Amino acid sequence: MATVEVRQPDIVIRGRKVVGGVAEGEALVTQQTISGWGGVDPMRGEVIESHHELRGQSFAGKILVFPGAKGSSGWSGVFHMTRLTNKAPLGMLFNITTTKAALGAVVLRVPALTDFDIDPLEHIETGDRVRIDADKGEVWVWKLRV
Amino acid sequence: MVKLSDDERAMLDGRDGAAVQKAMELLVRYAEALDAEDFVYTNNVAGVPGSSPQWVKEYYAADGGDYRAVFSRFDLDSDEVVDVPRMNAFSCHLQGGMDPSMWQDQGMTEQAFANFRNDEAEVAAHGIQVLKTCTPYLAGNVPVMGEHCAWMESSAVVFCNSVIGGRTNCEGRESTSAAMLANRIPNFGFHRDEFRKGQHRVRVDVPVDSIFEWGMLGYFTGGAVEDTIPVLDGAISQQSLIRHKHFGAAAASSGGVEMYHMVGITPEAPSMEAAFGGASRGETFVYGQAERRAVYERLNSIGSNTDVDYVMLGCPHYSIEQIAEAARLIEGRKVNANAELWIFTSRAVKATAEASGYGDIFRAAGAKLMTDTCSAISQAVPKGTRVAALDSAKQVHYLPAMMGIEGWYGTTAECIDAACSGKWRGSLR
Repeated sequence: MATVEVRQPDIVIRGRKVVGGVAEGEALVTQQTISGWGGVDPMRGEVIESHHELRGQSFAGKILVFPGAKGSSGWSGVFHMTRLTNKAPLGMLFNITTTKAALGAVVLRVPALTDFDIDPLEHIETGDRVRIDADKGEVWVWKLRV
Repeated sequence: MVKLSDDERAMLDGRDGAAVQKAMELLVRYAEALDAEDFVYTNNVAGVPGSSPQWVKEYYAADGGDYRAVFSRFDLDSDEVVDVPRMNAFSCHLQGGMDPSMWQDQGMTEQAFANFRNDEAEVAAHGIQVLKTCTPYLAGNVPVMGEHCAWMESSAVVFCNSVIGGRTNCEGRESTSAAMLANRIPNFGFHRDEFRKGQHRVRVDVPVDSIFEWGMLGYFTGGAVEDTIPVLDGAISQQSLIRHKHFGAAAASSGGVEMYHMVGITPEAPSMEAAFGGASRGETFVYGQAERRAVYERLNSIGSNTDVDYVMLGCPHYSIEQIAEAARLIEGRKVNANAELWIFTSRAVKATAEASGYGDIFRAAGAKLMTDTCSAISQAVPKGTRVAALDSAKQVHYLPAMMGIEGWYGTTAECIDAACSGKWRGSLR
């Protein structure tokens, strides 16, 4: 029988489940909170807020790592629309639990975690490979650059 | 796991029909995402239930492509389409996408208007009040102290929590639509006493006594405290509904403030100690002359061309007091041939404005009194707009960035002067 060799992750982060499930993909990390309505274009899954460090970048198919949600109450609705346009993130890791971020993750139906033992924003960089097992409350991180 | 009462369990088991069951399923997923212990009962819900642009209906074409499909699949995030009955909670529709009669001036198509009219008929048929405003508290829905609400619209949320002492989180479309059916919302955040205490102090050293000054202080406060709860004290005076409305909207857009305390002014802040729930904590931010000037300059940093071709008033929607003031300022004058003046309010307030003769004054001046929406929500500005003048810190925060135009912030009088002269002559005095 063939065996699949899995490289041990460089870092393991533990957190609280927001939405269950497993997802693996490339990380897109921002140190800045994200606005939904007026801050994200749901047609392109792209951050459009003026002065945002992710402006012009798409989170479609990525693991979005961010401090939390801000701005209009249209946050969940805009992220929900990215599910319809196939521009949704694969998973979400955020530090601050607000109604906006929690409801957004719920209706996106993507694995999501919060309340971490160590800060993902300090340990995950854009381009790292990340596996979220939200049911186990674990994030595995393989660094792009060690 | 969120604790359920017998009633909530029965709703989840389908006692009250499939729509209530799906609503409860979504609310349980949401409560668990928040790590909420249980639910609170609410009978005051404000959202945007089921309203959607045509492309969303087309996305659900296989499910019927109608209001029922959108409400089931999008609002309740249900995998099945269910029959949607009349709402159980007292429910209100907030702002919408266009003016119900002047939609052509706003550049809307016949098809978009037909979709709008159809959604509105469905909203009414489902027992939802057609308030069509970001200021439900000026159009027939005024919560009372301690009332548990489930509201969308950040400027209404901050008003409800801070000025009234009602209790709501900044809810989203799906949670409010579900709450309309299930009369429940997670017991999290602002529903809980311990969450409503101040986290930082803002000491006001310059006189803040007009709506213009209250707006700038709000914009400063949001920038300073971000999404935490500020406690303001010092030289704040002349409190009134419209000043709180402007302050809260500005603080919610520059920082995400969902509740604030003003010592001796707001109901949960009879003293500094009461506002903080003990000793003062967090940081102290000072609002003095330098900060005031910096806020003014920041709000005016996207304007360089003084040829104004659009003036928008009514963010958040104007109260009757503000409409009376605008009418007084423009009576006997004319909007410049190169400019447009649009004033936004709710349908309820517009009816009062018409009865009071202000509609005639605006029409004689060439200004348009519109309802339901605003330029940011509808993404509608007069054709060819390059430079807008606004008396709302919130609108100047959003509109120029969204529409790729320049924007000026000033007093209502400066904005009306700009509408009549076509020139921006505002300044900080």
